[in-house]
Amino acid sequence: MTSVRAWTPITEADNIPTREGRAVTVCDQEIAIFHLQDRYLTIENKCPHKGGPLCDGIVSGTTVVCPLHGRRFDLETGMPVRASEPSCVATFPTRVEDGIIFVDLGGGHTGQEEAA
Amino acid sequence: MKEQLVVVGNGMAGVSCVEQILKQPHNFDITIFGDETHVNYNRILLSLVLAGEKSAEDIIINDIDWYQTNDIRARLGVKIASIDRDKKVVIDENGGVTEYDKLILATGSSAFIPPIPGVDKKNVHVFRTLDDTRALLEKAQPGLKVAVIGGGLLGLEAARGLQVRGCEVTVVHLMETLMERQLDATGGDYLKRKIESLGIRVLLPQQTAALFGNGRVDGLRFASGEELEADLVVIAAGIRPNAELGRKAGLDVRRGIVVNDYMETSDPHIYSVGECTEHRGQTFGLVAPLFEQGRVLASTITGKREAVFTGASPAAKLKIMGVDIFSAGSIDESAPGVETVRYEDPPLGVYKKLLLKDNQLLGVILVGDIEDEHTYMDWMRSGTDLTPHRRQILFPPREADPGLEVAAMPDSDIICGCNGVSKGDIVQAIHAHDITTLAGLKERTRASTSCGTCTGLCEKLLRAVTPDFQEETRTTLCSCVPFSYEQLRDMIRGQKLKSVEEVLNIYGNRKGCEVCKPALSYLLDMVWCGGHEEDRSARFINDRVHANIQKDGTFSVVPRMRGGVTTPDELRRIADVADKYKVPMVKVTGSQRIDLLGIKKADLPQVWADLGMPSGQAYTKGVRMVKTCVGTEFCRFGVQDSTSAGIELERRLENLFTPHKFKMGVVGCPRNCAEATVKDLGLVGQDGSWQVVVGGAAGKSVRKADLLITVETTEQALEASDLFFQYYRENANYLERSYDFVERLGIEKIRKETVYAPEADKHKLLDRLARSKALAKDAWLEGQAPVSPTQFVQIQPLEVQSA
Repeated sequence: MTSVRAWTPITEADNIPTREGRAVTVCDQEIAIFHLQDRYLTIENKCPHKGGPLCDGIVSGTTVVCPLHGRRFDLETGMPVRASEPSCVATFPTRVEDGIIFVDLGGGHTGQEEAA
Repeated sequence: MKEQLVVVGNGMAGVSCVEQILKQPHNFDITIFGDETHVNYNRILLSLVLAGEKSAEDIIINDIDWYQTNDIRARLGVKIASIDRDKKVVIDENGGVTEYDKLILATGSSAFIPPIPGVDKKNVHVFRTLDDTRALLEKAQPGLKVAVIGGGLLGLEAARGLQVRGCEVTVVHLMETLMERQLDATGGDYLKRKIESLGIRVLLPQQTAALFGNGRVDGLRFASGEELEADLVVIAAGIRPNAELGRKAGLDVRRGIVVNDYMETSDPHIYSVGECTEHRGQTFGLVAPLFEQGRVLASTITGKREAVFTGASPAAKLKIMGVDIFSAGSIDESAPGVETVRYEDPPLGVYKKLLLKDNQLLGVILVGDIEDEHTYMDWMRSGTDLTPHRRQILFPPREADPGLEVAAMPDSDIICGCNGVSKGDIVQAIHAHDITTLAGLKERTRASTSCGTCTGLCEKLLRAVTPDFQEETRTTLCSCVPFSYEQLRDMIRGQKLKSVEEVLNIYGNRKGCEVCKPALSYLLDMVWCGGHEEDRSARFINDRVHANIQKDGTFSVVPRMRGGVTTPDELRRIADVADKYKVPMVKVTGSQRIDLLGIKKADLPQVWADLGMPSGQAYTKGVRMVKTCVGTEFCRFGVQDSTSAGIELERRLENLFTPHKFKMGVVGCPRNCAEATVKDLGLVGQDGSWQVVVGGAAGKSVRKADLLITVETTEQALEASDLFFQYYRENANYLERSYDFVERLGIEKIRKETVYAPEADKHKLLDRLARSKALAKDAWLEGQAPVSPTQFVQIQPLEVQSA
């Protein structure tokens, strides 16, 4: 894992309502940022199944459910919740400073890589 | 010549003993005296009657037919005043004399009323009988201040029942923790937090010194000098055996009527069972040992004298929805040689404690997670050596195949501890009587009719044994909030829950999922007639942006076109929008409307503004459209003005939400060109009348609608439509289409409760519909007044740095 992070300021934290997600395209990457009660988490905004916009999914605890076909991913690890669905999504380190959400776009990794 | 068997007491213990006697060869002529005027009912479930989860009829165990079928004389409302043991007769309060050869005393117990000054004031109640329950129900009303004295099982259940009725309830308990006889201090603390989270106040330890008030109770004064205001006081401070009859007759009576292991009293012709008895110095207040006593006595009194009563380990379960408490066996950890194993998860509210001795389970306390109660009860009853289970003892592995658990049980294993029904009994009954439902099983075997703890096991057995097991329609919403829709509606109403979060926090797993969140959103909107706290995060994306998400993440837009009637102006605007936003497809729908497909989320507000038409709700579980024919306007066959009626019907119901999508049709003659008979609701015009039909379908299912009613005027047809519409909204499960709903309830019942309901009930339905309608608005207005700044707007990154 990289030791120096490149934090990109994305948007005001207030722009993302609690337990909802929003998509942002930065440097040709479409990411989905989610607001969980006490923190923000970022994943790639594309369901590996059929490309569904994960930002529009219902949040359940720390997972999101794809609005198209109900695939479910852990927002912290990017791993699918059901082991029978092999693909995962990339996650990106996220932090909030002075009400602004920053994402480390280069720090994206997938749960699979980590497992490997 | 038959022997006269007289039973004094028509409660659960006495009657259950009689049932056991009837199962055996006997030569008795049976008379049962009961001082209550009711047939034998399940006293354990009174708290559910108080809470409105069951009706008084639901808790009847033996109806009057049972007494007649079995040739039992039931003398209800007759209190036995004395026994003349020399003459072998009982004498009732009116001087009536009844001879006996054998006499069973099953007089039960009474509420213990502590000697507090003022307990004789008005509005001070006990909670012990069906009449007590009815009296409480008469008084209970929203805002009433209630104090419950006693923080045991019964006190807590009474408190919850009254709170659900809207009362402001405080539980006052003498001890340091709640349910101290079943729980240790930690368990009691968990319980207290849970009870408080339901909105019930708990005062501990608090000794009530007096009840004050002028004739009527006004409040409690505590030994500390503090006072608590109360309009109603319920005393639930324990029970006392009704042993007076035995005492007066000169039987050996200590706290209760003393019996030996065969349930014989000191008089060879007199026996006793139930809460009035004392066995080896112990009295019993929970149902399972009382039924066991009944079985033993049945064996004794029929001359077999095989079974003996050896006492019983107590097991108790709190019957409050969402508060899972189970306790069994001994909870005394100070006894020599006792080891304890504990697990705690304070945020989840889960606490488990097991007491072991010599690797056998002595006692168990479960709070917040009682799934394993059966396993623990089993271990305790059988004295299983737990050495091989020690590492997983707090989380015994569950069988992956639910059939395995029941298959692995020996036939002699007791499934229903309350009624002593074994696995073998159940399997035999299922085969002998072709039982396919839980209700059938309950009727035949009595299993799962008392505390309901074994319901799950009984269902598993049925599923395993009978090829055509029919599940009952009690569908629970999902595992996040494992309650039925009826229960959830009651909980939302009773607890005045206004948001999805509140429901999930109190009754659920605090997370919710894509299944329960939209369902709860619907229920809240329906129950509060639109006056709930809307939480968009609990809605599917379609209901966040009021358009239908497509496979590529774009949206489709269907404007409302009431009755399928449009104008050149509207069509021009639609065409202009299609050009301006380069809409990839413009399509006429099956609902006589126009669909614009492939629109970006960010464009939605401007598309709606340019269209200048309201939302057609084509994306949601709500009122879709009314399909019409041209009726008398242009058609040469039309006999009713279906177009106007259809447009009016759509105006009346548009913007409202329903359990599933709701499609309507209105046709001007029986040729039915707009296919009204395959719609959720249809009006079929005839010469001089309208047929109102409901529950039709032409989608995944095809079903011809049922006739709800035939009426003369359009106004009557619209009112019948309103009634059915609101009835469906209030009673269907979420995602249950009207055609399944009509089949499930039956059209007769629906007629009886809508168009043929008493006027007052109709008004209530229509009033709730009107209130919802008053708050319902065109969702597309949010295009100009979004609920959050980024509801539709695409977020642009603040500054793009090179990576």
